[in-house]
Amino acid sequence: MKLHEYQARDILQHYGVPVTGGGVASTPEEVRRLAEEVGGHVAVKAQVLFGGRGKAGGIKVVQTADEAEAAGKQILKMRLISPQTGPEGVIVEKVLVAEAITYDREVYLSVILDRGSKRIVVLASAEGGMEIEEVAQTHPDAIKKAVADPELGLQEFQARELAFSIGLTDAKQARQFASIAMALYRIFVETDASLVEINPLVIKQDGSLLALDSKVLLDDSALFRHKDLAAMRDDAGEPEAEQKARASDLTFIKLDGDIGCMVNGAGLAMATMDVVNLYGGKPANFLDIGGGANAKKVAAALDIILDDANVKAVLINIFGGITRGDEVAKGIVAALDNVRRKVPMVVRLVGTNAEEGARILKDAALIPATSLSEAAKKVVAVAKGAPQP
Amino acid sequence: MSVLVDKNTRLLVQGITGREGEFHTRAMLGYGTTVVAGVVPGRGGQRAIDDKVPVFNTVREAVEQTQANVSIIFVPAPFAPDAMREAADAGIPFIVCLTEYIPANDMVPTYEYIKQRGARLLGPNCPGLLTPGGAKVGIIPGSIVAEGPVGVVSKSGTLTYEAVDALTKLGIGQTTIIGIGGDPIIGTNFIDCLQLFQDDADTKAIVMIGEIGGTAEQEAAAFIKAHVTKPVVSFIAGQTAPAGKRMGHAGAIISGGEGTAAEKIAALEAAGVAVAKEPGEIAQLVQQRLHQR
Repeated sequence: MKLHEYQARDILQHYGVPVTGGGVASTPEEVRRLAEEVGGHVAVKAQVLFGGRGKAGGIKVVQTADEAEAAGKQILKMRLISPQTGPEGVIVEKVLVAEAITYDREVYLSVILDRGSKRIVVLASAEGGMEIEEVAQTHPDAIKKAVADPELGLQEFQARELAFSIGLTDAKQARQFASIAMALYRIFVETDASLVEINPLVIKQDGSLLALDSKVLLDDSALFRHKDLAAMRDDAGEPEAEQKARASDLTFIKLDGDIGCMVNGAGLAMATMDVVNLYGGKPANFLDIGGGANAKKVAAALDIILDDANVKAVLINIFGGITRGDEVAKGIVAALDNVRRKVPMVVRLVGTNAEEGARILKDAALIPATSLSEAAKKVVAVAKGAPQP
Repeated sequence: MSVLVDKNTRLLVQGITGREGEFHTRAMLGYGTTVVAGVVPGRGGQRAIDDKVPVFNTVREAVEQTQANVSIIFVPAPFAPDAMREAADAGIPFIVCLTEYIPANDMVPTYEYIKQRGARLLGPNCPGLLTPGGAKVGIIPGSIVAEGPVGVVSKSGTLTYEAVDALTKLGIGQTTIIGIGGDPIIGTNFIDCLQLFQDDADTKAIVMIGEIGGTAEQEAAAFIKAHVTKPVVSFIAGQTAPAGKRMGHAGAIISGGEGTAAEKIAALEAAGVAVAKEPGEIAQLVQQRLHQR
């Protein structure tokens, strides 16, 4: 789960990390009040869960409270469209009013889970303000790492070593950097995060450090033990279909093609998209109904797929293991009774109870297929307007 | 021959009376797996699965009484890390964890704990493994497998079934089929399985099924180039996935320039691996490679 910048900032502040003055606002009047509190020179930043907001006009730096209020009027309720939001964009509901800071230097600091070493790793770089992925490609030597002990956690000396390694050689600065790194590590562990990042971490003219922008990603699997964090979820900006899918415990991602796909298992779902593409079609979505899906879930999945007006044909590819073919078939039949519009559907059922499934589907107007390649070829053909075989 | 599990496997099921545990224990017994014990804290002394399997309160007790040598875990996510640690501490040398949605950070100390006790972990969030004619430890359907010369290792569940089913239909059986799972932190990885198959005299060819995200396939490619003399056929799922979106498996996310299908395919091809364009092609490539030898 992705947190908004203002939510991440609150968490950092709670753990004693110095952050910018200001706060979050949802009306232009609140923007003005917050700007007045910190002297008027502020950045007004749209709070959306997508990157590229600066270029999309979602960030304005102003000198006075009047200008801040005007910026708030412009940004709040605007439809922000960036390459990451898709063509519909998202409506901005909140802005962060952050005191503008002048500083001498920017550095980078983050905590991640490293698959290779199977440890929590703290990353630091003298190259602040750049995307870390970009730094990793252009000058990987600039990224310094500290690997936390799996039982004892990150040690103070490791955090100090990191500070010195990125050129923070002043004793006071190194100490402050180390305490921020330790705090970030604690946030990572205590919130069950998958990423905690400060970029940039700036060194102000008085020599002290401050988190100018931060990002926190939480592990969805751990939200069951963090009710307070789970409550921070903001669905605004998330496509309606993805919200509906989450409510039905399905994994759905909308894509821009015209062939709806329903598959069990993430790997097979990706492979199904690949094969549709290989035979000249374009998938409209990724949809994994998961293991052991019942008829109700299948019906919900089909409903979500058909909500997408671009969908011209549907491919249902189920390899039964824990998932049973007869349950899937019952779900399809139930969904067909309620659908508002008819599109051709190619169905491939293999594995557990596939024969019973085929029997249930015998009278439904569906196109059967035995192999994945055959199913893909058939669905691509009908999506392009070929008559149903 | 086979790897990791066979006729000598004495299986312990942690969480045997749960819905999943009970259902799949029946299937494993049905396949001919020797299931010697179940563990459910508080239900020691009872018998499960129509009185066929004795239940113990602790793994330690179950091992002492039944000499179980493999444990499979069907325990819900909040309790699964503890279950894995219990099995390792009781001396079980091979632990298979099927549980999905385990908090990733919990696996950091758990993995370390298991390693320090000298045990091997498969998973979590994996379909387990199956040695045709030997033992089924997990949920891979027994109906689609056959005994034969191909070792299969995969990150995915149902996609593996797809590949194995096609192999069997072409008359090509398998030594062992291993699902390693797609979580951020897993025990046994591609390289471990490649080494096991390389060392197994009966395995004549290897199928490796990967997906986008991370660098495990690239590392496997480097290992194949240096250490694997048997033919390897591969498929990478997610060639058409958009960047930055998580596709179900925690692992299947492309961020930055790391882990795209194109990078993985290039690395594998450079290591002499035949990479299939679609799952249906895997079995044909294996057939060709087996005949070339």
